[in-house]
Amino acid sequence: MSDPVIEASDVTRTFMISAGFMRGKQPLHAVNGISLNVERGEVLGIVGESGCGKTTLAKMMLGLLEPTSGTLRLDGKLVGAAHRIEVARILQPIFQDPYSSLNPRKSIGDIIMLPLKVQNDPDPATWRKRAEDIMDLVGLPTRVYNNYPNQLSGGQRQRVAIARALINRPKIVICDEPTSALDVSVQSQILNLLQDLRGEFGLTYVLISHNLAVVEHMATRVAVMYLGRIVEQADTDTLFKAPKHPYTQALLGSVLTPEPGLGVPDTHLGAAYPNPIDPPSGCTFHPRCAQVMDHCSKQAPPAVANGGMVECHLYAHGGGRKSPKRKSK
Amino acid sequence: MASISTARAGIPTAEQILEPSPGALLRKRIFGNTGLIIGAAVLLAIVFVAVFADVISPGDPYDQVLSRKLIPPIWHESAKATWEHPLGTDALGRDYLTRLFHGARISLFIGFAAMFISGIIGTALGVLSGYFGGRVDMVVNFILTTRLSLPVVLVALAVVSLVGSSLTVIIWVLGLLIWDRFAVVMRSATQQIRNLEYVAAAQALGCSTPRIVLTEIMPNILNHLIVVATLEMAHAILLEAALSFLGLGVQPPEPSWGLMVSEAKGMMFFDSWLIGIPGAAIFALVLAINLLGDGIRDVTAPENRN
Repeated sequence: MSDPVIEASDVTRTFMISAGFMRGKQPLHAVNGISLNVERGEVLGIVGESGCGKTTLAKMMLGLLEPTSGTLRLDGKLVGAAHRIEVARILQPIFQDPYSSLNPRKSIGDIIMLPLKVQNDPDPATWRKRAEDIMDLVGLPTRVYNNYPNQLSGGQRQRVAIARALINRPKIVICDEPTSALDVSVQSQILNLLQDLRGEFGLTYVLISHNLAVVEHMATRVAVMYLGRIVEQADTDTLFKAPKHPYTQALLGSVLTPEPGLGVPDTHLGAAYPNPIDPPSGCTFHPRCAQVMDHCSKQAPPAVANGGMVECHLYAHGGGRKSPKRKSK
Repeated sequence: MASISTARAGIPTAEQILEPSPGALLRKRIFGNTGLIIGAAVLLAIVFVAVFADVISPGDPYDQVLSRKLIPPIWHESAKATWEHPLGTDALGRDYLTRLFHGARISLFIGFAAMFISGIIGTALGVLSGYFGGRVDMVVNFILTTRLSLPVVLVALAVVSLVGSSLTVIIWVLGLLIWDRFAVVMRSATQQIRNLEYVAAAQALGCSTPRIVLTEIMPNILNHLIVVATLEMAHAILLEAALSFLGLGVQPPEPSWGLMVSEAKGMMFFDSWLIGIPGAAIFALVLAINLLGDGIRDVTAPENRN
């Protein structure tokens, strides 16, 4: 079972944020000690609120940012030590907004062939053919080869981005919100396309999304992030049927239902996302937790392995969950 | 979509379904912009005159005929006005039309050369600071602030009095002084593009930094560059005229427009065409270049794009 293509161990990324004029700089731990393995062929969903570090993690995997500490290996190669092109051959991104992820001054053909050109593909004679093949595969008509991005629709543009990511056969694809900028009618087409391509190319996906329905549909395993840490990790079925961490429970509870009578769900999360420069003590989630206990604010929670992984005091000493000492609000 | 009516009539062609290509859209907008067309036409006419000054001039710009001095232009109600000198002659009897034609050459050459030098300096600094940010940005900003605190005319005055005045000196002084707007505009344009996802995609593909700057960033800031270049060219031409007027620029007997204004200022109230004609020529050239620059900006501005 264990054949990890991405191995992150204790990865931290710290940004120095200016606190104000003449006040010096303060560290912001965007990603704070994440250890994560992604197995070959799986689809790992990463969910979490805005600002929890999902995109920073993705950027580190892409080699666009270097980890402040910790190591990140892609298919055994150390990111940072490996050449940019080597990383690019293994791992490719699909971005959120197809309107800004394609250079408006380049034709579709040029955009799709760019990876071959940059990664010194030995056989330039086949480039055009391969570009047309991949366009076919992602469902783009080859007649748009000489057109420009502004002539295509959002869904077609996202197909171009997918074609560009896949033309040089990467092993891993990082999808950062691949559908959130698209029309609802196009979203499912793109998701199905991604599913099909996964089988075709034997890909591993890291799927970053706000949209829990998308994650449930696509992912085989899910990691929930909160304030730069992974607070829960489990198989998709387990996580959606029996979420353990109170944050996961709140996230799943916050999904809007199409039933109009039910109103907007109350998640007990409140509106306040903590200031990441000055995170709460102990368990960073404790100010918003519905099941907070006395020692939550003093002690960082241990990681408890139970099939998946959960970082919460509730599960620390053999099932505190059945009788959580509820703090009166 | 524009093709609805035709689509009802028959099967639409691919051109009707797809939006027109960027090139076609651009052509359409260029010919719909009156200011741009007028500016380009006037500028082209002046460029033509400058290039073929030797061929189309009626005389020699340095030929002095003192017996025929101060002939007024033909629209003047004077008996002296003659078709031999359509714009009259100056105080030394030189044909004014010929000097005006040759002056266009000097103005355009100085404007273009100074714009070129400052464009290279300003674009390099601006793109570097916009792309890399951080320390590089701080250094470039410091250089820029230093430059902005130097008054152009005073620096030109100092340099000219130190090394003497010549066409080359004027071009270098202007070129090394007016790059500030290039740097500011290129910096902010680069900052905008740099954070777009196609730059991140190019990085993730393994593109080298020079390649990203040249193929992903430069094509997308080129329209800003062209606009600033036209404005700075007009700026350089005006500065040259001002320096020549002060006696610090092009030296007599060269037929510079600024120098022609300067030589005529003593006779402003008696023979006003002497100052009016080169003044109008400077005005027309600068207006044309500015119209062209504004037109290019309007035509290529993202908000005009659909």
